[in-house]
Amino acid sequence: MIVTTGLTKRFGQVLAVDHVDLEVREGDRYGFLGPNGSGKTTVVRMLLGLVYPSSGSMQVLGAPVPQRASAVLPQIGALIESPSAYGHLSGRANLMLVDASGPRVRGGRRNRKQRVADALDRVGLGSVDDRAVRKYSLGMRQRLGLAAALLRSPRLLVLDEPTNGLDPQGIREIRDLLLELNAAGTTIFLSSHQLSEIEQLCTRVGVVDRGRLVLQDDLAVLSGPTGRVRVLTPDAGQAEAVLDGRVVHRDADRLIIADTDVALVNAQLVGAGLRVHEIGPERRSLEDLVLSVTGSGSDRFGRAPAPAGGGLTADNLITDGSAARDAGAGRSSQ
Amino acid sequence: MIGVELAKLARRPRSWVAIALLCLLPMLVAVFVAVTHVAPPPGQGPALLSAVLSNGSLFPAAALAIVLPIFLPISVAVVAGDAIAGEASSGMLRYLLARPVGRTRLLVAKLVALIAYVLFAVIAVAATSYATGVLLFGDKPVALTSGGITTQGVIANSLSGTGLTPADVLLRTAGAVAFIAVSMLGVGAIALFLSTLTDSSLAAALGAMAALIASGVLVALNAAASVSPYLPTAYWLAWLDFFRQPILWRDIDRGFAIQALYVAVFLGAAWANFASKDVTS
Repeated sequence: MIVTTGLTKRFGQVLAVDHVDLEVREGDRYGFLGPNGSGKTTVVRMLLGLVYPSSGSMQVLGAPVPQRASAVLPQIGALIESPSAYGHLSGRANLMLVDASGPRVRGGRRNRKQRVADALDRVGLGSVDDRAVRKYSLGMRQRLGLAAALLRSPRLLVLDEPTNGLDPQGIREIRDLLLELNAAGTTIFLSSHQLSEIEQLCTRVGVVDRGRLVLQDDLAVLSGPTGRVRVLTPDAGQAEAVLDGRVVHRDADRLIIADTDVALVNAQLVGAGLRVHEIGPERRSLEDLVLSVTGSGSDRFGRAPAPAGGGLTADNLITDGSAARDAGAGRSSQ
Repeated sequence: MIGVELAKLARRPRSWVAIALLCLLPMLVAVFVAVTHVAPPPGQGPALLSAVLSNGSLFPAAALAIVLPIFLPISVAVVAGDAIAGEASSGMLRYLLARPVGRTRLLVAKLVALIAYVLFAVIAVAATSYATGVLLFGDKPVALTSGGITTQGVIANSLSGTGLTPADVLLRTAGAVAFIAVSMLGVGAIALFLSTLTDSSLAAALGAMAALIASGVLVALNAAASVSPYLPTAYWLAWLDFFRQPILWRDIDRGFAIQALYVAVFLGAAWANFASKDVTS
């Protein structure tokens, strides 16, 4: 669906996107993650032919972009950065104008009203009144933007922060809508910095940091078991003795054990008469993963920390992260 | 896309307010002149106004002279300056281009909408001021005496002092309307070009106005005589030559030519810039 090769964009002195090789497959729900200012939006804009790459190439829906953008874009629905609309018109009037813009579609003018009504229905604005968009709440604008993206029943949806400004019910509703669309064959490319959103929706993630794609893989692989066992026990001290050197990390009642067999560890602990609150395979959360491979966002302009002060800094995160990555590759790190 | 752009322009209250103001100013002048019967002495104040007292059907021309220096260029610069920059600042530009609306197509649609707006504005001023003029000053043919010769059946004196028949006035007013519309397109092209450079419609409109004011200063400056024939406002007043007997075509032709040149150059620049620009708004 989307393949980019060595995609690079330079704005004057700033290297915004640096040799990004994206691969989004048909039917994917692709989560595109990264700190603020890491180049996500620039990549999205390049995919949509708004920004021209400095070097590298892009194939979207099998055709080169921006060269053949006019053939590709009609099959894409997009929400770019934030929803926009003409504030003095109603949501419906806005969608009518958007629908009338751009290349002609089948049934064009005749079915316009119906298409607009359908799109509004899908995003839960079916019975919205004729108030001007400038009086809309943030959530309503977000829904309207999504409706505009859905107008043409696109094959590919490129969405930037689609649940921004929605309440928890709204987020749930939009997620269900996206899952439904995906099940019907729409590929979804979701750019976000909200990890929980990506974690709950996506099948595949790409992480950018400072313009570079630092990670791209299936979510199932990335957040799979790390090959270690996580135990919460009030008898942590004795457990350490029982497990005999296999404990790689202890934090009060919490133990991390270098063993793949949860049942075996459990049997050993219980057999030794120790109490166990919780036991299970250790999984890395998407948050750990992303923090481990990215630095702080470009919106942070903090001072460099004092050498001894253990503050939350990019360097610390990267150090922690390399350990986690090693563990992820199946090696135990002591 | 052209229809969409026209609809957008028509549904924006600002367009109508600007045209209403354009039409109101000449009406205000007409009311004052009609009530006091004090016309500006020849050579001062808006052109042709003194002639209006004898026959109202010349008032459209006088009205155009009233709105031409400031009001009309401002409203054109605002609409043209808003063309691309307005879409950029409202955030709709990225959505339009991703629809996709081709960049050249969008620019052409904006240009056509601008031309329609300019024509509509100029014709609206002419039409409303004709109504005002006839209502306040009447349109009866009068006997005019100029240079000792009395002519019957004419409605006004031309600037050259000979009489004009109603058909004459209509034709000449139409010529003036066309000339002024084309002159305004020159302003529009400059504003449209600036509109592709910036994301602020205000900056684009003010930039175009600044260019006009600078041009006006230089045209009036004898020291700048070598460049003044090439400035955008150089022949703005040439439409008055439509009301001479016979019509003095020299400056009118030059005016059309120089405006065509400005329109071509600035539209070309606008296209070149917009078609290759990164849209980051």
